[in-house]
Amino acid sequence: MDFLTVLISRANYWAYIILMMVGLYAMIAKNNLVKKIVGMSIFQTAVILFYVSIGAKQGATIPILRHGPVPEGGGIAHAALRHGTDAVQAVNYINPLPHVLMLTAIVVGVATLGVALALAIKVYKEYGTLEENEINQRLRRG
Amino acid sequence: MTMETVLSVKPFLAVLVSLVVIPFIVVSRNQNLRESWTFIAGTIKFLLVLSMLPLVLKGKVIEYTVVQIFPDLGIAFRVDAFGMLFALVASSLWIVTSIYSLGYMRSLDEHSQTRYYSFFAVALSATIGVAFSANLLTLYLFYEMLSLATYPLVTHHQDRSARTSGRKYLFYILGGSIGLALPAMLITYHFTGTLDFAAHGVMAGHINSGLALVLSLMFLFGFAKVGIMPMHSWLPAAMVAPTPVSALLHAVAVVKVGAFSVVRVFTGIVGVDTLATFHINGIICAIASITVVVASLIALSQDELKRRLAFSTIGQLSYIVLGIGLLSASGMTGGMLHIAMHAFGKITLFFCAGAIFCATGIKNISQMKGIGRQMPITMTAFLIGSLSVVGLPPGGGFISKWYLVMGTIESGQMLLLLVLLGSSFLNAAYFFPVFYNAFFLSDPEMTFENRVEEAPIWCVVPLTITAGISMVLFFYPQPFLNLAKLAVQSINGG
Amino acid sequence: MVNTLPALVIIVPLLAALMVAAAGFIDKRACFPVAVAALSVSFLGAAALLVQVVNTGLAIEYRFAGWAAPMGIVYVIDHLSALVLVVITAVSLVNLVSSKQTIHREFADKEGAFISLYVLFTAGLIGMTATGDAFNLYVLLEIASLSGYALIGLGKARAPLATLNYLFLGTIGATFYLLGVGYLYIATGSLNMADLAAILPGMKDSGIVLFAFIIMLSGLFVKMALFPVHGWLPGAYSQSSSAAAGLIAPLTTKVTVYIMVRICLNLFSVDYTFHQLNVSDFLVWVAIATIVFGSLSALAQTDYKKMLTYIIIAEVGYMVGGFFLGNRMGMSGAILHIVNDAVMTLCLFMAAGIFLWKTGSEERGDLKGLFGSMPFTMAGFVLAGLSIIGVPPTCGFFSKWYLVSGGIAAGQYAFVAALLFSSLVNAVLFFRLFEISYFEPFIDHHHGSDDGGGHGGAGAVIQEAPMAMLVPFLFVSIMLLVLGIYSGRIVTNIIHFAIPAGVI
Repeated sequence: MDFLTVLISRANYWAYIILMMVGLYAMIAKNNLVKKIVGMSIFQTAVILFYVSIGAKQGATIPILRHGPVPEGGGIAHAALRHGTDAVQAVNYINPLPHVLMLTAIVVGVATLGVALALAIKVYKEYGTLEENEINQRLRRG
Repeated sequence: MTMETVLSVKPFLAVLVSLVVIPFIVVSRNQNLRESWTFIAGTIKFLLVLSMLPLVLKGKVIEYTVVQIFPDLGIAFRVDAFGMLFALVASSLWIVTSIYSLGYMRSLDEHSQTRYYSFFAVALSATIGVAFSANLLTLYLFYEMLSLATYPLVTHHQDRSARTSGRKYLFYILGGSIGLALPAMLITYHFTGTLDFAAHGVMAGHINSGLALVLSLMFLFGFAKVGIMPMHSWLPAAMVAPTPVSALLHAVAVVKVGAFSVVRVFTGIVGVDTLATFHINGIICAIASITVVVASLIALSQDELKRRLAFSTIGQLSYIVLGIGLLSASGMTGGMLHIAMHAFGKITLFFCAGAIFCATGIKNISQMKGIGRQMPITMTAFLIGSLSVVGLPPGGGFISKWYLVMGTIESGQMLLLLVLLGSSFLNAAYFFPVFYNAFFLSDPEMTFENRVEEAPIWCVVPLTITAGISMVLFFYPQPFLNLAKLAVQSINGG
Repeated sequence: MVNTLPALVIIVPLLAALMVAAAGFIDKRACFPVAVAALSVSFLGAAALLVQVVNTGLAIEYRFAGWAAPMGIVYVIDHLSALVLVVITAVSLVNLVSSKQTIHREFADKEGAFISLYVLFTAGLIGMTATGDAFNLYVLLEIASLSGYALIGLGKARAPLATLNYLFLGTIGATFYLLGVGYLYIATGSLNMADLAAILPGMKDSGIVLFAFIIMLSGLFVKMALFPVHGWLPGAYSQSSSAAAGLIAPLTTKVTVYIMVRICLNLFSVDYTFHQLNVSDFLVWVAIATIVFGSLSALAQTDYKKMLTYIIIAEVGYMVGGFFLGNRMGMSGAILHIVNDAVMTLCLFMAAGIFLWKTGSEERGDLKGLFGSMPFTMAGFVLAGLSIIGVPPTCGFFSKWYLVSGGIAAGQYAFVAALLFSSLVNAVLFFRLFEISYFEPFIDHHHGSDDGGGHGGAGAVIQEAPMAMLVPFLFVSIMLLVLGIYSGRIVTNIIHFAIPAGVI
């Protein structure tokens, strides 16, 4: 596999890695606490995107079964019986599990963001600024 | 070697009794009540130890396991001849020292006496614990307990110099035990799979010569209480403590625990055979000899009486190590016996130093001109004590030195014989000026009136007792001598 | 019959957290009893589980909603997790009981919120310990972390800033872990730990698995404050309130170490961690650096609470190093130290809480005279200090015993030296504190009057902490001795079975 193939076939990986690095950079290098928090969100979102992308498949659809013209009678099993030729093929659907997991991860991300912002507000109340160098100056003086 | 063992809880009780009285000491509102608890505990402890003596003299061993921590190792006691010898010395001297403390602490109106008596009791429990340990883990446990219990005693005055000395004390004692003895113990355990004291040691066949040497030295220096140079300088520093503490702990309990631990480890863990086959004993003898000579020389130059005694102790402790290093039956007997003989002699000397301080407030030898006129009893006791420490009749120390000298001859170590004789001469040289100053100066040089004014009775009685015992031991050394001989017999395999 | 205890152990505190939050609005006085009751139930459940596991020798599996693994989420209680569960619930309960007054004083109007977060944090840790699902672990990790951030953020004036730093690094750590789980899922298609453990040996040469291993461990190292990613810990812990520090400091790093042990032993297998990869030597060296760095930094502190936080970092080095020695002795020591260090740290932080309560300061100079005025507290504190130093028969000695023996057996003498060095530094650290409270304020003359002597050391008026704080504290400090005596039995009866048979 030459470099170009890797680059293209793993495009989703590169995307998430770049996003992650952007987030990490903001968390480390930015002076403003809110920008750091934004960086953290990007960082987390990168991993969420990674999970979502690994569930995706070329030419597959969302994993909701279509029952064709026969509406009555529930259940996958009945549908498969009625349309023997048209049985459920996993290949035709994307993997829903990573997406489901990410629902939780998104909730976690939001919660983290909430806590972080709450803390930032408290920091602002304490020091009157969100710039880290100014806070540090104040700490050194105080 | 099979030795008849007896299961009995007595050794554990002997350790426990002084811990049990601590709450009573603490809650006693009345001084006299408080001190009587100390005496009660001391007497019970002594009687418990004494009650085990007949069995031990019959060559039996008393065992008791308190708790099994690891499948094959726990906190356990085992009373054999050597342990009994040390326990007898420590428990009997506790009673005497308690009497002395009573006089000394009250006459100087010391603060925090409750704390003082409490930690004194802890220290005694730890000492008996070391004496009766069945394995190195138990010994280490009580060794550390003693280190920590004596810290508040050493720093009793709670002033800046006490803090400095306390630091030095901890630095050497804890540094040695954690930095050297603990890893040595674990390495031994790793290679041999046991830490029980055995007659021929446990290292033979498991450990090569280089490692055995390193471990032996780690133990020797790690048990810094034995004061082998260069791990000795905590001892003079610890002399800031009240004199009864110096007396019991630094002439008897603490330093002798160091010596005891070293002897125990060399005979019970390293094993005399291992020491001999790997020629480790020669190195040990050399180190001990250097300490003997150098400490005696330094003692010569000390003017403060307690410091002179401290350096004397450092030298005398190395006799014990030297005795074991000789590996001959007489040498080892002498070394073990010296634990007892030196204890009674040296404690007398410390009691005298304290009595002088109580009565006159003087600490330095140069100021004691003609003090014999004011304190004749004290200074006579001092003479007997110093005779014993120097090794001259009628002091008990003569017996142990005799065996040590015999030991050097038995093992053909003429150089060590010279060290022994030369250092005895030095001992004499640093003690007799004190005595000469006290009695034999011409009248105008004397700074004291010709009027007897001794220290309080509670100070004088104990020092006459110990001086008396020192003398009695010259004529009747049997209890300790028999124990030492039994101990050596069991080490040499019956 | 389905054994519902594993579910009970976590669900009771989880629900209690909600109830406490609600009670905070109705009647504040109800918060504390509800929380104590919930944690007591949880503790008793955990203890019962431990007894069951030890007696039967079998792991207990609980399937949530009846779904079997690998589809459903299962909780697995084996020797290791049962032991850690008992530690978590016990520490949390004891600390809460002793903190009633500090919580009331420091969080008068936010009492409900604080206690609710406290219980939620504990529930998160319990879940992390019990779960058998790699992704569920992430969720619970974040539940614990987020409530932990909030708990610490409620501390002193500088706490929010320190917490924000902690949050950034904590999020990086957790996200790394999540990423690792993602890669494992790509490689195996499973999230259940037992299932993963069965699949992974077949693909031990896979680069994806290797990357998952590295990134998961890196994330955990951030979370447990291993050198050089320890920076968040001292600030956050030293700024937190006494009640929060007494909960978070003993548990967070220890539970993270437990997760590391779990992942290395039961997920990736001993064979993969120690034989396939050549990382264990390197990690032991990292641990050595952590120990040395933590000890030296602790020496530089004049604030005793900050000093304790650096000691925690050094102790993390003990556990990580001991574990990666790769032999039974070292691993036993590491796992035993999870238990012992949790109790020791709890004891130290409880003492710090009492000092703060009485003196209003965290400067070590303000400890002066405490031996005289608070002899019982100081006795407990001395015991805790001796345990950290490693003096027998305290529990700290026995974990060191195993760790050093493990180091000797592995031939890792540098690790042994680091442990001893740290013991000696700890001796310096604690005796420095003891000295201040014992000697100062100095007296000029040697001989005060008899017991009535008026200086700090003796005869000073005894002003102990309130009984509600003192009794639990003394209980914990006595536990240090009890644990020490039982160390050998804990190892042979519990920890022995937590380490796979292949490890010698």
